Amino acid sequence: MNMILSNPDYDSTNLEEFKNIWVFCEQRGGQMMPTTYELISEGRKLADQLGVKLCGLLLGENVDGLAKDLGGYGADEVILCEHPLLKTYTTDAYAKVICDTISWMKPEVFLIGATNIGRDLGPRCAARLHTGLCADCTHLDIDLDLYKAFLHEASTLPAERIDGLGTAKVLGKDHDISRDLKMTRPAFGGNLMASIICPRFRPAMATVRPGVLKKAAYDEAKAKAISVTRFSVELSEDDLATEVLEVVKAAKKLVDLVGADYVVSVGRGISTDVEGGIKLAEELADVLGGVVGGSRVAIDSGWLTSDHQVGQTGKTVHPKVYVALGISGSIQHQAGMKESECIVAVNKNEGAPIFDIADYGICGDLFKVTPMLIEAVKAAKAAK
Amino acid sequence: MKILVCVKQVPDTSGKIAVNPDGTLNRASMQTIINPDDMNAVEAALKLKDETGCPVYAVTMGPPPAESMLRELMAMGCDGSYLVSGREFGGSDTYATSQILAAALDTIGIEEDDILFCGRQAIDGDTAQVGPQIAEKLHIPQVTYAADIHKDGNTVTVRRMLEDGYMTIKVKTPCLITCIKELNTPRYMSVAGIFGAWQRPMTVLDYEALKDNALIDKSTIGLSGSPTNILTSFTPPQKGAGRMLEGNNMATCEKLASILAEKHYL
Repeated sequence: MNMILSNPDYDSTNLEEFKNIWVFCEQRGGQMMPTTYELISEGRKLADQLGVKLCGLLLGENVDGLAKDLGGYGADEVILCEHPLLKTYTTDAYAKVICDTISWMKPEVFLIGATNIGRDLGPRCAARLHTGLCADCTHLDIDLDLYKAFLHEASTLPAERIDGLGTAKVLGKDHDISRDLKMTRPAFGGNLMASIICPRFRPAMATVRPGVLKKAAYDEAKAKAISVTRFSVELSEDDLATEVLEVVKAAKKLVDLVGADYVVSVGRGISTDVEGGIKLAEELADVLGGVVGGSRVAIDSGWLTSDHQVGQTGKTVHPKVYVALGISGSIQHQAGMKESECIVAVNKNEGAPIFDIADYGICGDLFKVTPMLIEAVKAAKAAK
Repeated sequence: MKILVCVKQVPDTSGKIAVNPDGTLNRASMQTIINPDDMNAVEAALKLKDETGCPVYAVTMGPPPAESMLRELMAMGCDGSYLVSGREFGGSDTYATSQILAAALDTIGIEEDDILFCGRQAIDGDTAQVGPQIAEKLHIPQVTYAADIHKDGNTVTVRRMLEDGYMTIKVKTPCLITCIKELNTPRYMSVAGIFGAWQRPMTVLDYEALKDNALIDKSTIGLSGSPTNILTSFTPPQKGAGRMLEGNNMATCEKLASILAEKHYL
């Protein structure tokens, strides 16, 4: 494996050499991952805040056709790296090409979707480039006033503390944070949030949770205006210590929790009758036009497959209505669902934390309440 | 051939968490557990030991009380353990942590057919960064999200999970593999193991022991060697207290359905 950067003079501490915002455009089998467009949309805003270009970094084989849509969501330029060894993702090949590209072209911010592949790639690249990486971000800012406005709304920090932000103590010195990427993420299951900066190294790197940032409107004119720069890829079999023998798509259609308008989730409360509990959740989800999710307990106990998991270790959902059946509402679960527009909770335990964040709570046995709720929702929908 | 497993003692976030007035986590008041994904890494290692007879060593970075966790892991079957501990290492972010752990692993010595295991991620930070960064620092390949592992000579075949399926990856040793819970069910400690745990060696690697390793440099470890800094940490505002509906009968459900309809949620 060759892990030496192709630019021997690369120095991640020469901050002034770094410019522009980059987004890693993850494709699998020639299909763009949806989270890429979320990142491009967000990257556009950040690039405008800095007054710099937004570039998409696209790796693969025969993927130039994907460039146009990246423009449509806001990219100015696509940096295209094509090579037969980039057709299927391998850590070795992708990390090498990305790090080499960055070592020559020096972006100041590099964003990656926090998919299983993004979370494999991001730390490897950050370590090679000697820079900081913030994992699984849920909010990004550069402009200081926008960041302060975000804190006023999303934090319980005292207003005067927020208004006074402008510098951070870095190695004992005051560092001006106005041009730094402020990367906010949940820590400890979302009970605590932290904003991270990478003040001394570039690029500032972040992986961003899929489904959290909003996709912009597609701009046909911008799509047509996209400029494509080809980066010449130096890659050989010797650079790879891994070999992908096969890529298998799950036969079962996976549940689309992130895009669902209605999610009905089950937790420990169904343990007395797992099958019956899941059946009720499915019926309610059907009536609402949604899908079934589960808490960590439901997945760890094997009641539902992991694609159903809502929470810090699962997916983040923001449906119109989230129904929690027999879920106590641990912080780790809340991290994945509290942004739902309307939260309904059914739980036997009056003191369950889920009731603290539920818009509407019913204290009762889910096996008795849910069938009635199904009937009531049916009736209400029929009456419309 | 030997196996090195990186583990972390973490606060149990499934219970109540305690937050200091300044917004940082009050670790002292919380129960600690072995990070759940790391248990799967340990089990993967012990399974390979069952098959091949190779020794397994647990490695952790943490404060001295982490010794209790290492004793537990030796009671499960690990042959020895290393506690990487030192004031100089405090305040490390993931970059600096992996730098230190890589130096420790390099000091222990990694040979041609060794395998390193880590858990996918720790529940306190949920970053999943330290495993890949150790692999990078050691210049060895990585496979993350492993749900199935087979060793054959100097290659390992791994089923690596994706959101929408999986990849089967063949990797040469030495390599680093991060494990997910689908991989296996961790075993319990045995009575004989608990007795034996106190006879098995636990080596402390402090700054003095590691400082001459090429990977260790004062400027890349601890708080001052961490590329990232915490700008603010804060608690989100509590959502306005919700409304408990009265009763749990048909009338309650009808009330709820009518509210949802009124608010155009249906």
